[in-house]
Amino acid sequence: MELLNALVAFTNFVGVPAIAYGSQLAIGALGVTLVYSVLRFSNFAHGDTMAFGTMVTILVTWLFQGAGISFGPLPTALLALPFGIAVTMGLVLFTDRTVYRFYREQKAKPVVFVMVSLGVMFMMNGLVRFIIGPGDQRFADGERFIISARDFKKMTGLDEGLAIKTSQGITVVTAIIVVALLFWFLNKTRTGKSMRAYSDNEDLALLSGINPERVVMYTWLIVATLATIAGVLYGLDKSFKPFTYFQLLLPIFASAIVGGLGSPIGAIAGGFIIAFSEVTITYAWKKVATYVLPETMAPDGLVQLLSTDYKFAVSFAILIIVLLFKPTGIFKGKSV
Amino acid sequence: MSGNPYQEDRGNKDATITNTHGAGTMQPAHRKSGPTKKVEGDSPFLIGDCMTGGYGKGPDILHDCTIAVNPGEIAVIVGPNGAGKSTAMKAVFGMLNVRSGSVRLDGEDITQLTPQDRVVKGMGFVPQTSNIFTSMTVEENLEMGAFIRTDDFSNTMEQVYHLFPILKEKRNQPAGELSGGQRQQVAVGRALMTQPKVLMLDEPTAGVSPIVMDELFDRIIEVARTGLPILMVEQNAKQALEIADKGYVLVQGRNAYTGTGQELLADPEVRKSFLGG
Repeated sequence: MELLNALVAFTNFVGVPAIAYGSQLAIGALGVTLVYSVLRFSNFAHGDTMAFGTMVTILVTWLFQGAGISFGPLPTALLALPFGIAVTMGLVLFTDRTVYRFYREQKAKPVVFVMVSLGVMFMMNGLVRFIIGPGDQRFADGERFIISARDFKKMTGLDEGLAIKTSQGITVVTAIIVVALLFWFLNKTRTGKSMRAYSDNEDLALLSGINPERVVMYTWLIVATLATIAGVLYGLDKSFKPFTYFQLLLPIFASAIVGGLGSPIGAIAGGFIIAFSEVTITYAWKKVATYVLPETMAPDGLVQLLSTDYKFAVSFAILIIVLLFKPTGIFKGKSV
Repeated sequence: MSGNPYQEDRGNKDATITNTHGAGTMQPAHRKSGPTKKVEGDSPFLIGDCMTGGYGKGPDILHDCTIAVNPGEIAVIVGPNGAGKSTAMKAVFGMLNVRSGSVRLDGEDITQLTPQDRVVKGMGFVPQTSNIFTSMTVEENLEMGAFIRTDDFSNTMEQVYHLFPILKEKRNQPAGELSGGQRQQVAVGRALMTQPKVLMLDEPTAGVSPIVMDELFDRIIEVARTGLPILMVEQNAKQALEIADKGYVLVQGRNAYTGTGQELLADPEVRKSFLGG
């Protein structure tokens, strides 16, 4: 019984949150990895693209809520999501036409693009704060839990409860659908294959009659979709705050690099590795330890390796270790 | 480099933020295609006529160089190192600023076209290096070759598999895992997928073993027998001239000797200077 309680406590405080957070990071990292492999630079504006998409979704959600439209037990934001994606697609295409295209025509080096994306990041950042403000926004509505801790305790008779939030369930289901669709698109469709061909060998893609501008456009459309979905899922699960989304850049890049930049499977694996490391290292293990260890050895302190305020140190440390010892990442990316 | 500040990366080699893998290096002579015009009169199917020009604004590399090929023929460009063999081929394909002279395909002046538009006009080009999509399967490589086609290309793919049976066996393997000779077969196969009117090969046998080289030459002859004109640059002058209907010996960007392959092989002058006696 003690062990079972320990397991439930572990799942409740580490397993479920880490899986949800990992899925959000994975979708974010997929966007970063796509830009890196097709457009050949690291897009620092990705976090703020996520923020922009989420902001639009929140605004549409408010509009729906005002008009009395709801999605039953599911959050209204899911209904607003397609609108958020569409507007974000518009924004990234506009950015591409007005900013990135100029540098493509100059055949600028990738590092120039990185700096350009930094500028785009500041612009988007300002835009989001200008429209919705820098404050915290909560926009999750509908049913809050799939299983609440109290119901779980009643059902099982255990001392420990296991709560699964609706947002966590939605996150995992959406992540599975998104990843499956993306892989199908990249591996089975003509357009997806042309994107891979362009990423593999630009000159030969050109000689095969693949239009680079089309490839770039499709990439931005997919990236806008992924960024908005990742942003909305994160916002539903926690809350929306422009600065937090900007900070998400670090764990997202860490995920993409740990998994191997340019490898979609790597981005997913990296997302979960970063999420699990962050959550396990900042979790106070006292409760689980008390169940598992004999009474005499029960810990007095919290048994928390790192305060949650330092959670970014975890991504940063993993990033450094991977770059020092296995710079190509787990799934042999291109960052050698 | 070329005075373009955007192409200056100040020595950045950080691959965690920049990805140079597979980045484009092609610098076509024209960024946008100019007009083409019909040309009257009798001329070979594909001809680079009296081409003079060089890369970008650089000095002239080719001087009055003429290269032509007709259906069913194999034309081979040979010559010493740095003679401008590959350059002559690239000029025909539109990668070189041709300042005087013209390129004509099937009675049409295509001098002002971009390389991509020349592919659409029916030129199949196999570069010397990075001529396959290494991370994609053999079959995907062929599919990408047929990208500009909107009709059903499964027949063409069957023909390519018939020509290169080993590719059919390895159709689901990433092309980057194949051996050098097999990679060249993928490269030629990819170019054939567009159903080109003329095939241009830049040193197809570079870096493969002599046995594989013989086999590749056999295949190339087989392709030529179908009536497809082939223009080829070759390092191995002797073997190449043996299968050539037409040979061009270039020296310092000029036509030094021209004739049928057999004539050139028999020419004591050519033998002495290029074929090692």
